[in-house]
Amino acid sequence: MIAMQDAAYGYGSEPLLSGLTLELAPGSFYFLTGPSGAGKTTFLKLCYAELLPTSGRVSLLGQDAGSIGRDEVADLRARIGVVHQDCQFLDHLPTEENISLPLTVTGRATPAHQNDLAELVAWVGLSARARALPPELSGGERQRAALARAVIMDPEIILADEPTGNVDWEMSLRLLQLLVELNRMGKTVLIATHDLALIRAAKSQVQARVLRIKDGNVAIAGADL
Amino acid sequence: MSVAGDAFALLRGDVQADRVVPRTGQAARLSVLTSAAMAFLAVFAMALSMASGRLADRWSSALAQSSTIRISAPAAELEAQTWAVLTVLEQTPGIDSARAITEEEQRALLTPWFGPELPVEDLPVPRLIEIVETPEGYDADGLRQRLAAEAPGAVLDDHTRWRRPLVEAAGRLRLLGWISLGLIAVATGAMVTLAAQAALSANEQVIRVLRLVGARDAYIARAFVRRFTLRTLTGAAAGTAAGMVGIALLPRADAAASFLTGLGYSGLAWLWPLMIPPLAALVAFAATRIAAFRTLRALQ
Repeated sequence: MIAMQDAAYGYGSEPLLSGLTLELAPGSFYFLTGPSGAGKTTFLKLCYAELLPTSGRVSLLGQDAGSIGRDEVADLRARIGVVHQDCQFLDHLPTEENISLPLTVTGRATPAHQNDLAELVAWVGLSARARALPPELSGGERQRAALARAVIMDPEIILADEPTGNVDWEMSLRLLQLLVELNRMGKTVLIATHDLALIRAAKSQVQARVLRIKDGNVAIAGADL
Repeated sequence: MSVAGDAFALLRGDVQADRVVPRTGQAARLSVLTSAAMAFLAVFAMALSMASGRLADRWSSALAQSSTIRISAPAAELEAQTWAVLTVLEQTPGIDSARAITEEEQRALLTPWFGPELPVEDLPVPRLIEIVETPEGYDADGLRQRLAAEAPGAVLDDHTRWRRPLVEAAGRLRLLGWISLGLIAVATGAMVTLAAQAALSANEQVIRVLRLVGARDAYIARAFVRRFTLRTLTGAAAGTAAGMVGIALLPRADAAASFLTGLGYSGLAWLWPLMIPPLAALVAFAATRIAAFRTLRALQ
């Protein structure tokens, strides 16, 4: 899965994160917490090779992120689904085409996938909004569309960066429910959030571990909530 | 993906890949317009180059096949030296025919300068002998030596002195035409590169999203390369068509304007300008591909 050995990353001379040594177990459910600016997004970026460690080693699905080529990074991202905080859509494409974008860019979009796509769009509750452009979607709809895009390639790992940051509580619970369902399907899920209420709400649904970023390091806060 | 793979993908087309990069109307129009203008100029540069080539060939072959012997001698010896020269010429390999220019012909040659009433027979005008060579030609140095011995007043002029600069001038004009074509190709490449870089910069966020969802550089580059190659091909095809129509409508060069051999194409030469659109597309393909991969390498 994802493993780090004494990994560090900094945007300037001072490292933001350092001494990161951990391993995410397959099929587990993790929350990553910490105050704003602590490095949650940076940590996630290390987990899908948008950033490479300035020192130490990050292993993604058995491959050293620092030594693989650009094409291998692209292939890895097809196996790691990411829900970005700002969703990262192509605003000129309808929502359903944004959701199927990973299939399109990897050459796997076939007519047979249209049914799967329709099912996925229905699963996140966006059937009525499938042809809407991303700017026309509400915050919750955007997050659900981003989640659908993250899972369309049937990835082994799902990373979500503050997926409930811009939605109301009801929608937060719905998104949590979708992520829990994915975990039950065997996916490893890592959610970066500062929303402790969301973590508490997850307690009744899934056995989650909490990784806490403190002083530039990540520590496991507890085996259970 | 390899260059050949990209080229094949370009020909095959990919509707979905074309859609992932948003269309930018103004940049598209400008690149089509510039390609058209470049192709239009290329048609004329090619026509100029070909016309210069024909001119050089014509001057070279026309003058290379003929020579003149000028005999300046006292009137009493003129006839004897003329016969001596003609006899030498008959025996010289590489000479097809030789004849003395008649008085009427000499008068005609001098009329533009001295008027029609000129008494040529009373003037000490040198006798001229026109020589027509065989395709193999003759040994000019050897002939000069024999003439010096047999007819001391005879001077061989094989036209080399004034033929060479004319042929050189035409040859350089042809070279300038080809250089112009090369510069047009370079300018097209530079224009396409700039337009591609502008498009890549404008779509940096799109590229970032595509990378995040697993697109390889080759896929992203292909979307831009295909677009710019097709734009350039379209523009160049229109520019070439306009240029060819323009050339076809040029007035025909007639005998009165023999210096101008006709700035145009004839026969199968009309096929040459048809090479311009695919060549322009090839330049655009290479320029965009290089620009795209350079830009993509700067992004993680």
